[in-house]
Amino acid sequence: MSDPAFLQIRDLTVGYGGNRVLDALSLEVCEGEFVALLGASGCGKTTLLRTIAGFADPSEGEVVLAGSDITRRPPDRRGMALVFQSYALWPHMTVAQTIGYGLKLRRVAKPEIARRVAEMQALLGLEGLQERKPAQLSGGQRQRVALGRALAIEPQVLLLDEPLSNLDARVRLTLRHEIRALQSRLGITAVHVTHDREEAMVMADRIVLIDRGRIAQAGTPDRVYNHPASAFVAAFMGAENVLELRGTVTGQDVHLAAGAANAPAAVPVHGRNLTSGRFEARFRSEAAVLLPADAAPVDGALDLVGVVRTVSYPGGLWRHLVVIGDRDIHVDAAVAHPPGTPVTVRVPSSALFLFDAAPTASPPPSSP
Amino acid sequence: MTGLSARGARGAGQVADALRWVPRTFGLALLAFVIFGPLANLVLWAFAEKWYVPHVLPLQYGFEFWGRVFAPRGGALVSLGNSVTIAVLTVIAALALAVPAGYALARLRLPLRGLVLVVFLIPQAFPNLPVYVNIARVFYEIGLNGTMTGVVLVHVTHSSVYAVWIATAAFAAVDPELEQAARTVGASALRAFVDVTLPLALPGLAAAGIFVFLESLDEFTGSYFVGAPDVMTLPLLLYTAGAGGNYQIASITALLLMIPSILFMLCVERFLRADVLARVGR
Repeated sequence: MSDPAFLQIRDLTVGYGGNRVLDALSLEVCEGEFVALLGASGCGKTTLLRTIAGFADPSEGEVVLAGSDITRRPPDRRGMALVFQSYALWPHMTVAQTIGYGLKLRRVAKPEIARRVAEMQALLGLEGLQERKPAQLSGGQRQRVALGRALAIEPQVLLLDEPLSNLDARVRLTLRHEIRALQSRLGITAVHVTHDREEAMVMADRIVLIDRGRIAQAGTPDRVYNHPASAFVAAFMGAENVLELRGTVTGQDVHLAAGAANAPAAVPVHGRNLTSGRFEARFRSEAAVLLPADAAPVDGALDLVGVVRTVSYPGGLWRHLVVIGDRDIHVDAAVAHPPGTPVTVRVPSSALFLFDAAPTASPPPSSP
Repeated sequence: MTGLSARGARGAGQVADALRWVPRTFGLALLAFVIFGPLANLVLWAFAEKWYVPHVLPLQYGFEFWGRVFAPRGGALVSLGNSVTIAVLTVIAALALAVPAGYALARLRLPLRGLVLVVFLIPQAFPNLPVYVNIARVFYEIGLNGTMTGVVLVHVTHSSVYAVWIATAAFAAVDPELEQAARTVGASALRAFVDVTLPLALPGLAAAGIFVFLESLDEFTGSYFVGAPDVMTLPLLLYTAGAGGNYQIASITALLLMIPSILFMLCVERFLRADVLARVGR
């Protein structure tokens, strides 16, 4: 991490008509870093991006780029380029005119513009399309042109507002890797907004999970995925199986008490801030193991007792719906266990996320 | 037995089908007569030199009255020139008002947006006659009566509602993100407007211009009170001819006035996109 941060957002508060969309949000982005803003729709991630771009006015806080305060600067004088979800291509301009537009504004000489446009077309796989209008392009080509328009001006920060969500699944996967490869090759600082967890995981150096206008957790994809800071983050990152457990914290261990459907177990605290009492336990369906009901207990894992209710095959692994006490959970296994089989569900301590139970248990929104 | 009844039913069906066409044909014929009847009469009168009761068609055709209309003393060419000059000036003035007003109404979240749109409707909301009599009185006092400027001003007031409403719709049809995309790669607000919004709104603005042009060409009441007799326009000439019982000259003037209307219909079809029309008045 280079110091000081390239792009700094300090205590940013943005509201529309008394409704606070961003609440004193602070974030630092390093030069050359790819940051993904991840969250459900309406969490404020797009507003944050548009505020950085200069299209929304913050009521408080500041945006600092390379040491200078740009909070009140108009969007055209921020040295940033925004790529829109809708592509926002100009129907009356050709591919070459669109990519070269920013350079024309900067009074770059015509031959130089032509050279840079050709270079950008080659970089984005748009060769031979310079005379086409947007209506004559496919979705993937359109988003590449929009990307070329943004990259041609060599912005200090590239802002991406869900650029892939209007595309077919296959085009989306290709473009994901292309954008990421281009960004690291050109060394551009990028802020990418998405509601797609997997997209954020594979593209970003750092994921910033936003919930109701605040940062829920910021960290590397690995960190956010394996060490969620809250039940919300765990749920959003795919740990959708929920159980309620009781236990006591002693030193570096949590002793989980035996319940109606679980054997007692001792698991490490993993640096979490837990207090003895009721816990909310979360884990992923693929992290648990299905064993016969009479499996011998082992150290460092939580065993749950249940009965398989249904089994389905989505491809790869068999997905089981297992009834544990009054809860239904999903467990994936390589072998199918027929409905009615009594089973032990073993959750390794590294995959078991424990949080203090909320006073009023309201389940957070699940990931899309 | 069954075959017979089926055939009978089919025959009855055919008759019913044919009968269903009778009112339709009758309706279409009536519609055609309502539209084309007066037009045919107009064309006949334009070329008739002798035509009186009880004859159904003119007794003699010719171009004698065309010659009189286009003769220097007929005043048609001067009136035509006046009409076109006034219409062009009205279009320029109305668009100079409608482009900024329409853009602001389409883009900015103005608190009284609906009210502002209605304000432009006010000149149309009251009976024309008292409004123009009073305008003429005011113009007379400030020396605008009988001037081209006065007539243009009256026409702009009259047609601003069309110009502003259509321009608002044209600008609203341009996605604001297209403008923002230009801003984000370095275009100032004005540059983004000139390079992106204006070209995309142009068909709608052209339609607004054509509409204003025709409204001005056709306008009678205001021109009469403010312009006549110093500034003669084609409708004023038509009125004078019609009032004098000279149907030939009135018909020829009317035909001249129709030419721009037909051109307008063709232009609307060419320029005005359905999505622009759908936003008029929103």
